[in-house]
Amino acid sequence: MAEVEIKVENLVYAKPRLITDTVMHYCPGCSHGTVHKLIAEVIDEMGLEGKTIAVSPVGCSVFAYNYIDVDWIEAAHGRACAVATAAKRLHPNSLVFTYQGDGDLAAIGTAETIHAAARGENIVTIFINNAIYGMTGGQMSPTTLLGMKTATTPYGRDAALNGFPYKVSDMIAHLDGATYITRQSVHTPANVRKCKKAIRKAFENSLAGNGYSMVEVVATCNSGWKMTPVEANKWMEENLLPAYPLGDIKCSTLPK
Amino acid sequence: MAEKEVKLMKGNEVIAHAAVRCGCDGYFGYPITPQSEVMETLMELKPWESTGMVVLQAESEVSSINMVYGGAATGKKVMTSSSSPGVSLMSEGLSYLAACELPCLVVNCQRGGPGLGTIQPSQGDYFQACKGGGHGDFHLLVLAPASVQEMYDFVGLGFDLAFKYRIPALLLADGAIGQMMEKVVFSPQLPRRSDEQIAQECGSWAACGKGSRKERNVATSLFLQPDELEVLNDRLQAKYREIEANEVRYEEFMCDDAEYILVAFGSSARICSATVEMAREQGIKLGLLRPITLYPFPYEPLKQMAERGVKGFMSVELNAGQMVEDVRLAIEGKAPVTHYGRTGGVIFNPESVLEALKTNLLK
Repeated sequence: MAEVEIKVENLVYAKPRLITDTVMHYCPGCSHGTVHKLIAEVIDEMGLEGKTIAVSPVGCSVFAYNYIDVDWIEAAHGRACAVATAAKRLHPNSLVFTYQGDGDLAAIGTAETIHAAARGENIVTIFINNAIYGMTGGQMSPTTLLGMKTATTPYGRDAALNGFPYKVSDMIAHLDGATYITRQSVHTPANVRKCKKAIRKAFENSLAGNGYSMVEVVATCNSGWKMTPVEANKWMEENLLPAYPLGDIKCSTLPK
Repeated sequence: MAEKEVKLMKGNEVIAHAAVRCGCDGYFGYPITPQSEVMETLMELKPWESTGMVVLQAESEVSSINMVYGGAATGKKVMTSSSSPGVSLMSEGLSYLAACELPCLVVNCQRGGPGLGTIQPSQGDYFQACKGGGHGDFHLLVLAPASVQEMYDFVGLGFDLAFKYRIPALLLADGAIGQMMEKVVFSPQLPRRSDEQIAQECGSWAACGKGSRKERNVATSLFLQPDELEVLNDRLQAKYREIEANEVRYEEFMCDDAEYILVAFGSSARICSATVEMAREQGIKLGLLRPITLYPFPYEPLKQMAERGVKGFMSVELNAGQMVEDVRLAIEGKAPVTHYGRTGGVIFNPESVLEALKTNLLK
């Protein structure tokens, strides 16, 4: 294919400066790449490249540190918010955020997440909720919907057998230390733009010392769901979004 | 010369003071008997108002060790303290800290186990401290204080060694040393390192924000390619060999002409020094070797004692026989090696140690 040189004045889009050249391991259709891009753009636009400490989880996004060009700490499974708590307290002028999936955050990392939020740590959690464990091959997660088929719920999630899913963001929003809690998605261009604004608002909220922020991104895992990317977007709209409705859940200040 | 600052304090309390004095940046802990005075003392001292040190009560030991991991990954001088069941919960974090080659200090003020056990003193965590305490091939650098002064001194020493080798250091105390009051000489207040100093000293690895660095720093222990993970393991093992060659610390008490040797650490060693004196009065040529570093273990001095004709060794521990395995490895069958211990928080006295020596080795 012949290379076409685009004139600067015609350039409307480019790879964000802080996204590295490493080839991403994410499946085509997965939401992670889009959210990574938004984070990289916001960090660059806010001039925070030099003062960002990011914490990656265990799960599909364990390798996030290969893709966004800032300092990273790779946390043990579920422990990201504890790791971030110390990093932020010891570096109070830095932007410290965690990037976690629903298995990492809502199952094994519940305690660390809730207590970081309850203490009002000035950190941000980007919470990718695709209702499944992607990395380990599509098992049930705490946010898996009732009836949803996964590797460990082959006949569909049954409340009597597997328990009920829960709304993490709504629960966190009850905590005094959590001040900006929002649920977004990146499955349409309009949603991508909204999600970017939410990430920026969360970063600003934490840098202002206004406590804990969480941006939940309802996301697709077309491989885990065994769908094409297009089918996955449609299924997410019809099934996940009614259970996890989009929009701001809490915008407040810390109690006096 | 300024007068020495001498205090009368509990072992646990001096851990807190020593941390502040040596310029520690952060303490993260969770209450557990018999070491809760560490965090209580820190909260009373309010070092965030004097040196800027962060002190935070976490929601669990799982969280506190991961806070230590987070702080250490940014190049800061951070620590935690706990007691046996709490340290079990930290096993995962210790493995990650070792794998990422992060310096930090962990204090284990041991209590009787297994399980919830008791709050009375024990040395039942020797295996955990020296042989395991997490998955994978790794070691902690383990220091065993036998006095309140050593509780104080080993905080600074532990941090120095941890940073020298980029390894987690463990101060393996017990409820007796933690709770007893003794005279302690304080050291002068050292300043905390500035962010510029940290960037200079730890800039090649600390994930503290890129600043003006071109390359990002990443603290990770994930290497999916076997060849890459083996490179990390080879590097760790080379470091352990270096530590074994350079950092063995121990103390000898009346060993020069000894025909029999007690091997004991921490509070057991205090008791055994009285046993040695009692034995000498009875004409028994007994000596005491006290390992100060449990990892690296003083294999060589013990081996040399066996080679020069010591007739027998008794490892005296507040457990069912753990360090005795290392004593056997050191002696290599050149002389009888036996063990005496009590468990469950029961503490032996010098007389019962001497009695055991007579039964086990002098019969």
